[in-house]
Amino acid sequence: MKLTGAQIMIKCLENEGVEYLFGIPGGVILPTFDALYDSKKLKFILVRHEQGGTHMADGYARATGRPGVCMVTSGPGATNTVTGLATAFMDSIPLVCVAGQVVTQAIGSDAFQEADVTGITRSVTKHNFLVKDVRDLARTVREAFCIATTGRPGPVVIDFPVDVSRAETEFVWPKNVYIRGYHPKLHLRPSAATKKQIQEAAQAIMESKRPCLYVGGGAIASDAHKEVFELVNKTGIPITTTVLGLGIFPEDHPSSLRMLGMHGTHYANYSVQGSDLLIAVGARFDDRVTGKIDKFAPQAKIVHIDIDPASISKVVKVHYPIVGDIRAVLRVLNPLVRDLRPQIAPWLEQIAEWKKKYPMKHNKQVGTEIHPDDVIEKIGEITEHKAVVVTGVGQHQMWTAQWYGFRKPRTMITSGGLGTMGFGFPAAIGAKLGCPDKTVFCIDGDGSFQMTITELATAVYFKVPVKVVIMDNGHHGMVRQWQQLFYRGRYSGSQTFMINPNFSKVAEAYGAYAITISKQDEVIPALKKILAYNNGPAILHCRVAREDNVFPMVPAGHALDQVMDMA
Amino acid sequence: MKHTISVLVENHFGVLAHVAGLFSARGFNIDSLAVGETQDPSVSRMTIIVHGDDQVVEQIIKQLDKLVDVIKVEDITQDDIIERELVLIKVKASAETRGDVMQIVNTFRAKIVDVNPQSLSIEATGGESKVDAMLELLRPLGLIEVVRTGLIAMARRKQLEVPSKEGPAKKKSSRAPSTKKKGTV
Repeated sequence: MKLTGAQIMIKCLENEGVEYLFGIPGGVILPTFDALYDSKKLKFILVRHEQGGTHMADGYARATGRPGVCMVTSGPGATNTVTGLATAFMDSIPLVCVAGQVVTQAIGSDAFQEADVTGITRSVTKHNFLVKDVRDLARTVREAFCIATTGRPGPVVIDFPVDVSRAETEFVWPKNVYIRGYHPKLHLRPSAATKKQIQEAAQAIMESKRPCLYVGGGAIASDAHKEVFELVNKTGIPITTTVLGLGIFPEDHPSSLRMLGMHGTHYANYSVQGSDLLIAVGARFDDRVTGKIDKFAPQAKIVHIDIDPASISKVVKVHYPIVGDIRAVLRVLNPLVRDLRPQIAPWLEQIAEWKKKYPMKHNKQVGTEIHPDDVIEKIGEITEHKAVVVTGVGQHQMWTAQWYGFRKPRTMITSGGLGTMGFGFPAAIGAKLGCPDKTVFCIDGDGSFQMTITELATAVYFKVPVKVVIMDNGHHGMVRQWQQLFYRGRYSGSQTFMINPNFSKVAEAYGAYAITISKQDEVIPALKKILAYNNGPAILHCRVAREDNVFPMVPAGHALDQVMDMA
Repeated sequence: MKHTISVLVENHFGVLAHVAGLFSARGFNIDSLAVGETQDPSVSRMTIIVHGDDQVVEQIIKQLDKLVDVIKVEDITQDDIIERELVLIKVKASAETRGDVMQIVNTFRAKIVDVNPQSLSIEATGGESKVDAMLELLRPLGLIEVVRTGLIAMARRKQLEVPSKEGPAKKKSSRAPSTKKKGTV
């Protein structure tokens, strides 16, 4: 039987096991939306802005490990996805974005709602396709999902001209995907050469005196939390994680050093700097992690396990490179190492001393003011550290990383690489749709929340019970902090208290449940109230102290052990 | 150091944009890039000449290799290779200087392909140093126009194998029927 391109697209998405589509219809994607009308499997989430749609797909993907899918129209619909695609690309998140395109004959003629989407998205996607022949469509969709989800995952765009969606052909579902320039399966089974490299790394680990594990988002993408736990438990090597690695290892475990980097703990940063062997697992030596690169881990030999060969020796010279899927590699590595605790006892003592001497410190409680770090710690306690926590970008994001106390993988969802303000709320909606049985918190700032506040309509309409806690300090807080510390307190463009709306009233106008609080003793009762409300989004607007800072802090361009802290 | 990188890519639209975009996005400089179809019409070969230290060139190769449309990448600088470039040169030539031009052309075994009262057009092929040397000698006579193709290179013995489009021979991969026309990169 012959099907139209639009019907083939919908069939392919169904066959790929897609559950939700996020997006907005428009002119040239109409035939596809018409075919979607007949689908019994795909649930369409109508968003209010395509950027929100891509973040929802992204949050869904991070929370579930399955690819997130968006469908948008040409021109502005597609260009609005760019921030979301870039966010997913920087953090290696599997997305597939289907964008309508003008008829193939009109491409390049500056037609109505035309944009060069493959050109625009080239540098923010893992790959993109322009489908010019309906007979290539099924294979293209199949390849798009394969590319998005395998190897180092990432977003893929399918540019889908309207005439191709109307053209008819016989539908054949390709059983296998073979792309001759793309071989991700090689990474799943370590080759003999890789095994030899793993052995060499194991040898180095066994001989180390001051080893330190540094684990990133790649370990979560690979679902390697059990293997990471086994490695730490067996050897006793202390472990620190990047912001995207939070949750891979329980932070209440004695081997945990918590997060490292610009706002990491003193002891994580000192451990990295003092180590003689740094074992990087699915992490990419981002500048927010390393600080001044030529002073990073000066005495350490570096083991780097990563699925992306281009990550290895990109920023720092690696002594033991291992290319492969994290879980597959650790399954080979773990049996080759033994308990190192006796051998590294002085090192562990040193770290214990750092932990005692430089603990994490709360902002000082003055009067009845609410402090965000305190609220976040309470959210951690009240949810028993099991909720999925999604953040925007800025101070509240770092406080969340520092104070929630992550215990489980895929519970920290945040834009680490691109640092996209406005990511949190829509990503939380996507995460909740993907994990309906889990409590999903969005911890946001007043600045971040307003960038995608329109998605309140989406959350209300689809009755998505996310808990949103807005830390309203009336500033773009991280900008203000830098201005206070490095620009002589000249708060250029960072104050928002005089223009912020009454967030509760805005939320109520959209039909959401909302509370505003401004005193510390109101926090717990308010959290209980929003936790009890399950008929849609619940917003807790916290008016918090205006000038709290995030500490510890390693100023940009400084070595990782040059830590500033509060007095 | 100069590196000669040989890249096999899918022969369809958008591939050149992906490769060129990679170079600009990552801040790599290309000296020259030459591209054309191979013996397999579905595959094109790019010969890319870059200057950079080993670390930069290693990144270039790894990043190229990551592109889905790139089938194979190899740095053939250290191999025994044949390198050639075609150059077209229009040079000023009056009655007095025509003899000088002809002499240079003969020395480099180039060809005169067009003659005008005021100029001569020359076709020459060779390695980079030969072409550069010839241009240096012609420059004082007055270069009007120079068109270079960029170097192409081939290893003398081994070859970069082109894997079949359908995958390893044993497995039958089912694809939707397609009548892809010959694409341009």
